[in-house]
Amino acid sequence: MAELILDSVSQSYGTRQIIADLSFSLPEGAIGCLLGPSGCGKTTALRCISGFEPIQTGEIRIGGEVVSLPDWMLAAEKRRVGMVFQDYALFPHMTVSANVGFGLRSESKAARQARIDELLILVGLSGHADQFPHQLSGGQQQRVALARALAPRPRLILMDEPFSNLDVELRERLSLEVRDILKREATTALIVTHDQNEAFALADWVGVMHEGRIQQWDTPYNLYHKPTNRFVADFVGQGALVTGNVINDHQVEIELGVLNGVIPVECGAAGCGECVRSCHVDVLLRPDDIIHDDDSLMLAEVENKAFRGAEFLYTLKLPSGQRALSLVPSHHNHAIGERIGIKLAVDHVVAFRRE
Amino acid sequence: MLSDNLDAPLKTPSAGVFVWPRFSGWMLLALLIAALVLVPVAVTFSSFSHIEGDTLAHLTEFVLPGLIANTLWLVLGVGIGVSVLGVSLAWLVAMCEFPGRRLFNWALLLPLALPAYVTAFVAIGLLDFTGPLQTALREAFGPITLPEIRSRGGVILVMSLALYPYVYLIAKNAFSTQGAIALEAAQSLGLSRTQGFFRVALPMARPWIAAGLMLALMETLADFGTMAIFNYDTFTTAIYKAWYSLFSLPAAAQLASILILFVLVAVVFEQRSRAKMRYGAVGRSAASRRIKLSPAMAALALLYASTVLAIAFIIPVTQLALWARDVMADDLDSRYWAFAWHSLLLAGMGALIVVGVSLLLAYSGRQRPSKTMIWTQRLATIGYAFPGAVLAVGLFIPVAWLDNWLIDTGRDWFGFEGHEVLKGTLLVMLLAYLVRFLAVGFGPIESGLHRITRNVDEAARNLGTGAAGLLTRVHLPMLRASLFTAAAFAFVDIMKEMPITLMTRPFGWDTLAVRVFEMTSEGEWERAALPSLAIVIAGIIPIILLTWRGAHSQNQPHG
Repeated sequence: MAELILDSVSQSYGTRQIIADLSFSLPEGAIGCLLGPSGCGKTTALRCISGFEPIQTGEIRIGGEVVSLPDWMLAAEKRRVGMVFQDYALFPHMTVSANVGFGLRSESKAARQARIDELLILVGLSGHADQFPHQLSGGQQQRVALARALAPRPRLILMDEPFSNLDVELRERLSLEVRDILKREATTALIVTHDQNEAFALADWVGVMHEGRIQQWDTPYNLYHKPTNRFVADFVGQGALVTGNVINDHQVEIELGVLNGVIPVECGAAGCGECVRSCHVDVLLRPDDIIHDDDSLMLAEVENKAFRGAEFLYTLKLPSGQRALSLVPSHHNHAIGERIGIKLAVDHVVAFRRE
Repeated sequence: MLSDNLDAPLKTPSAGVFVWPRFSGWMLLALLIAALVLVPVAVTFSSFSHIEGDTLAHLTEFVLPGLIANTLWLVLGVGIGVSVLGVSLAWLVAMCEFPGRRLFNWALLLPLALPAYVTAFVAIGLLDFTGPLQTALREAFGPITLPEIRSRGGVILVMSLALYPYVYLIAKNAFSTQGAIALEAAQSLGLSRTQGFFRVALPMARPWIAAGLMLALMETLADFGTMAIFNYDTFTTAIYKAWYSLFSLPAAAQLASILILFVLVAVVFEQRSRAKMRYGAVGRSAASRRIKLSPAMAALALLYASTVLAIAFIIPVTQLALWARDVMADDLDSRYWAFAWHSLLLAGMGALIVVGVSLLLAYSGRQRPSKTMIWTQRLATIGYAFPGAVLAVGLFIPVAWLDNWLIDTGRDWFGFEGHEVLKGTLLVMLLAYLVRFLAVGFGPIESGLHRITRNVDEAARNLGTGAAGLLTRVHLPMLRASLFTAAAFAFVDIMKEMPITLMTRPFGWDTLAVRVFEMTSEGEWERAALPSLAIVIAGIIPIILLTWRGAHSQNQPHG
């Protein structure tokens, strides 16, 4: 258990930059997550931390100890960093308990057995100690892999797309279970995934990665409601951008009305105050920011609809021709082409300056 | 796909600029192993540097035209024979349902256990003019003469029966992995089954069939024992004669280098077919969708498969057993046990060396994956294509040269009257075994190692295990089955091996195969049966392994 710090780490194959200027810190005992589309460099970041890839700039510290520098790295086997692999990488020639005990060589036989038993109880596999990996289901293998990584009490646990080989229902249940196990062992953990539901269910801190850079390192709540740039706004959750004009530092006008709130317009440049007034922005509207109201005078045309069980997700065409999404309880069943009344219910105004 | 993955880390920014491969201990090791193959080939070809006029003139005028004609006929005949037998049997077993199909599935591989030279002498013993069959026919029906078995047709027949399993095995895999789906697609597009077979299934399986065919032809070119028994002059027998009767090492080497040219053609075709084999390895097993044959067709299929099996395996083995019983009382003596002991000892040592070197070579590839490494590995394992007779010559020459150098150096520098230290030892023989059978060991070990993902290595390292621990606690236990398979295959191949053993064995190292050669060259078929039977029994082991592994991999789709 220790704090993990990455300080402007970068890595490249030749001229191709895989990760660039990566900085974040994960407090002791916290669960972090790197979220991003495939090829964004998140797995490479994980391999740098586990000691299988060298870094070219910056440094990596675990519990205050420097483990990677541009021309030096502590060997993977000496880092005390546990890893759970996407394909689990269990040792097929060993039983479940031998797998879990693999990293406990230096301990006495009794201590080793005690730790194995403890972990098998923790992951709920006490009855399977003498089975071989191929006799277990995918979810069980996953938990063996976690127990094996946890056994030597590593300073940090890394998980690479831990649920991608499992079916969707199992994935959700297991991600809550894994969070519970990690919290009970009080382990610092960093998880890599492309699935935001997984990231939000598991992590205390999430870093959205794109093209080798962390776009935003924040809590799941803030990522959804206060994205700091267009990529994060687009990648996390659903929504649409509509044009607007800033009236003053707490009001922005869009075609559906005036929104009130602190407006964190991302200008990029210094002297931002100047541009705030009357500058053109794109405002992010989440599907829950537009509510359907039959009495409203503001009308929008239903362009498309997707049935979600409890709700419909309507794609609406606003009077100006811009599109927006709205989540509506499914007893309001409207036909495509129909014009329905809507009103705004925006809690957090998110706006980006238009280039 | 594999090579693409392996190449990825090497794609450096300086595209287009030649980058020297990074040399390391592993790369050097792999190159050394590859050099073992290159040395005999280079030595063989260098024999043309000092041409002995008389020998060469004699060769080109009297020997070569006959040899080349014989070889071409043989390759053509055996090529057609193994293709027809192998493909038709593979199609029946993989795609059609008839009584006994499950038995034939593995039983049709049994002829692999019978070295061609054994089938050969049994065939002659049975079918010769004075043999039991013709004698019985004459007694029953008066003066009938069957076609002479000691003929070109006879050799081709025997070789085809002995070698069709190469085509059968590999074509069967092709048909059962992709045949059913392709055939159903063809039928849905309006083709009959027969049309579907010729227009879709067969063309799709062509790379597999070609690879199997080339393996069979390499064995044909390499064969010495059968040719000697039939007195059919080919390069291998000519090399042997040049070696023993003419005592002309250069003549032997020159003949060997011409044979290498033939072999290289086969190698190129085989490698190209293998490259193409990648495209279609998709689809599920055909098990549930086999063609249900009509009773008449099923009976025909059964008759055909049993006839092939009877002629290629059951009758020869029965005859061997009968002959062996007759001579057992006289021949099963201490000399016989000495032959058996030598065979076991040599095959055991050879197998150990093959497995050890294969492991090193496969490990080099894992440690330093690169395009250069893949080519080096391919080169190092190309020895399976080179006939034993060629390797014997190609390795004897440099070892003899080294020996003379040692003697000269000892005398000139230290005034030491030495004698040959290497030539009379097992060195040449074991080296030749290694070169010839490295591929046999490398295949299973390489694919076993390939199944251990890099994540497994990294998992072990994350759990605090160093390089030594990784090998002893993870890799070797996981490779156990592959190592065993590799050793078994190499062991049996060395036991069957005839020309290398014959030409390079030190005095007193007669083996079962040598005994078979000596007895057959005197026409004593009965007395050749006892040592042959031991070789056949050993030869059944890898077939059991093959069958077991096939069944095993079907039960465990994820294994």
